[in-house]
Amino acid sequence: MAVLALSDVSKSFGAVRALRGVSLKLEAGEAHALAGENGAGKSTLVKILSGVHRPDTGQILLNGSPVTFGGPADARHAGVAVIYQEPTLFPDLSIVENIFMGRQPRTRFGRIDRAAMAEQTGRLFAGLGVELDPEQAARGLSIADQQLVEIAKALSRDAKVLIMDEPTAALSGNEVARLFGVVKALREQGCAVLFISHRLDEIFELCQRVTTLRDGTPVAEDLIADITPDDLVRRMVGRDLDALYPKQDGVPGEVALEVHRLTREGVFTDVSFRVRRGEIVALAGLVGAGRTEVVRAIFGIDRQDAGWVEVGGRRLRPASPTAAMAAGLALVPEDRRQQGLVMDLSIDRNIALAGLAEVRRGPLISRAAEHARAQDWAVRLRLKFARLSDPVGVLSGGNQQKVVLAKWLARKPSVLIVDEPTRGIDVGTKAEVHRLLSELAVGGMAVLMVSSELPEVLGMADRVLVMHEGRLVAELPRASATEESVMSAATGRTAA
Amino acid sequence: MTALSEATPPGHGGRRLFDRVTRVRELGIVLALAALFGVTGAVNPTFLSFGSIRDILLNSAIVAMLAVGQTLVIVTRNVDLSISSIVGLTGFGGALVLADSPAVPIAVVIAGCVALGVVCGAINGLLVGVAKVPALVATLGTLYAFRGIDYAWAGGRQVNAADMPESFLSLGSRSVLGLPLLALVALIVLLAVGWMLRNLRAGRELYAIGSNPDAAVLAGIQVRRRIMTAFMANGALAGLAGVMWAARFGTVDATVATGKELDVIAAVVVGGVAIFGGSGTVFGAALGALLLTGITSALAVLRVDALAQTAINGALLIAAIVLDRVLALRVAAALRRRRYRDAR
Repeated sequence: MAVLALSDVSKSFGAVRALRGVSLKLEAGEAHALAGENGAGKSTLVKILSGVHRPDTGQILLNGSPVTFGGPADARHAGVAVIYQEPTLFPDLSIVENIFMGRQPRTRFGRIDRAAMAEQTGRLFAGLGVELDPEQAARGLSIADQQLVEIAKALSRDAKVLIMDEPTAALSGNEVARLFGVVKALREQGCAVLFISHRLDEIFELCQRVTTLRDGTPVAEDLIADITPDDLVRRMVGRDLDALYPKQDGVPGEVALEVHRLTREGVFTDVSFRVRRGEIVALAGLVGAGRTEVVRAIFGIDRQDAGWVEVGGRRLRPASPTAAMAAGLALVPEDRRQQGLVMDLSIDRNIALAGLAEVRRGPLISRAAEHARAQDWAVRLRLKFARLSDPVGVLSGGNQQKVVLAKWLARKPSVLIVDEPTRGIDVGTKAEVHRLLSELAVGGMAVLMVSSELPEVLGMADRVLVMHEGRLVAELPRASATEESVMSAATGRTAA
Repeated sequence: MTALSEATPPGHGGRRLFDRVTRVRELGIVLALAALFGVTGAVNPTFLSFGSIRDILLNSAIVAMLAVGQTLVIVTRNVDLSISSIVGLTGFGGALVLADSPAVPIAVVIAGCVALGVVCGAINGLLVGVAKVPALVATLGTLYAFRGIDYAWAGGRQVNAADMPESFLSLGSRSVLGLPLLALVALIVLLAVGWMLRNLRAGRELYAIGSNPDAAVLAGIQVRRRIMTAFMANGALAGLAGVMWAARFGTVDATVATGKELDVIAAVVVGGVAIFGGSGTVFGAALGALLLTGITSALAVLRVDALAQTAINGALLIAAIVLDRVLALRVAAALRRRRYRDAR
């Protein structure tokens, strides 16, 4: 009997159906992989198993009987430990406190037993080969170190079910090997493991069974022994890749953006590259490699410590988004809800926001001009909306992204920087965004694209720049960029 | 980790760096206090006399106790502006019962005031923790609401010292072992709350909630219940402070403690408690209260215009926050550099 199982679970967020009819059984002593592209619903499934979200329909079964997780505390009491994709640490507290928060060992008088905490942490760290000072505050830890603390936190729980949502994304080879050693030992002791990773080799090394999700729907459950990595990729993608990445070849023109030895201490170092008109250059790398930070500095949001940026041959004033915009740069940020849009403001006003000077009549903003500008771009980008006066918040993720794009494209930039342009949007809109980027490049725009999705990088870019720990470690032309070459550079396995 | 009482383990550079900087927060106040007493004492030695110091302790006792309570709330990334009104309500209510119903034992009156404070705190806690109203707005609302109830209850009446039993008033002036009783009560509260914040799960969870609210939920912390508890404990201490106020000043009406909430928050912030939660100790907050009261007394001894005192308190508050911010940025930059060096 499965320790923990999902039976016919569905979950929607507003209009987005994140999961549809998913069943999954986690057996004691078995490592079960969850495969699927970004946006396939893996993280939602994790959050249902860990009690963060409740399923709309369907059941969670614990040892065969239905349970309701009212919150993460319930799941934890049921023996479920989770390593989340994004570290969830308390920056002000020490590493030890982070590991044991909410369930610190106590002495008979209810007092927190610090000695026991220190002792257990010592054992955990020794097992994982972690060399961090447990009394150090979590603030300022690197992503990899934060991830190690997360792992120690989950392992300290004597879990019956261990769920790992991309635990290895930021780790080095050694750290991954040690983690796998510990997880295998746990599995042999009868722990059920759910493992999510984009690295297929890890799935094949650690797991016995794999369930594949596509667009929220389970498409296959296989024994690892029965399939090959190619089979798995086919199950994950399940569609014609070329249609999703309609890349046309542009003719590279003059250099539009030049970045010269850009450095921000402790974040990225000595980053130099050029983007020509008519080409799409992808900035690839692992989460935390410094890609977003580089484009933030290019656009003048953060101040660089050294180096400079040239747009159209003219050097940009540092730390000034206004100067960057005047020079013809546009930045579509990573987090459209927080950074790209004013969610309560209407569609047309959001589109006009980056170019208010152009919709002005005297000292006032002309609603008519605003509306006309928005109408024009809404049609061009095939935006799906009821009224332009509706708040942006009611649109789907993909359409919201189109609004952000419209906002910047209306300024007619010479260089378009897009950070994770298709994160969390549906496949159909994704293809449209890709077609749009390709058309813009062919039309003579220089496009710099930050993306964590390898297929997107490989499908869209004329050149791929790879960052690793704040440095540019590889530049691969389209012809020689493969999943292997990009990943090995991104994980630091090849020398710069 | 900012607890004063914590020993420094031999450790890595990061730990030491952090220690030094976070310690400076409270060390800074201790130094400021030393400078204050040193300089003022040199100019006017009577400032260091037993009677003078006793007065300063007595004067800071109520603010210090409120600062301890406020720290519980601020550490969770919230704030309670309504405490002055809770002090006013409980102070006046307690005095009224004592004046009108002499048969009620003093201990019952004190317990009643604390209970009334808990009820007020629970209302704040429900608004903030359950209804998710931002604390600044919710407690601004209850600041007026509680004060309004106070006014309605008083109906313009004032309770004078002569109306209250002598045994109650003597609580405000009595000394035990040479220390004013009120200061002793504040000290006991301080030590008890300080111990709980450091050694109980509930205490550490308050810091966790303020440090990263989302992660606190994921860690299975009962965030709502903890926030409720923090507001209720703060209300209880405000209720106790209300009784202390009545005992100390003897004359109370509905306007008692009006505006005091800002003094308390100032003391907390000067004491090194981060206004956005997650760090700081009640010891720092109490020291902050002592420092602000000490400055007021010193300025009087130094014959500085009373009007200038408020401005000086303000300047000190800004200095404390600027210092805090500068230190935080320094630490962030230092850690960034260190990682950068390690990476190479």
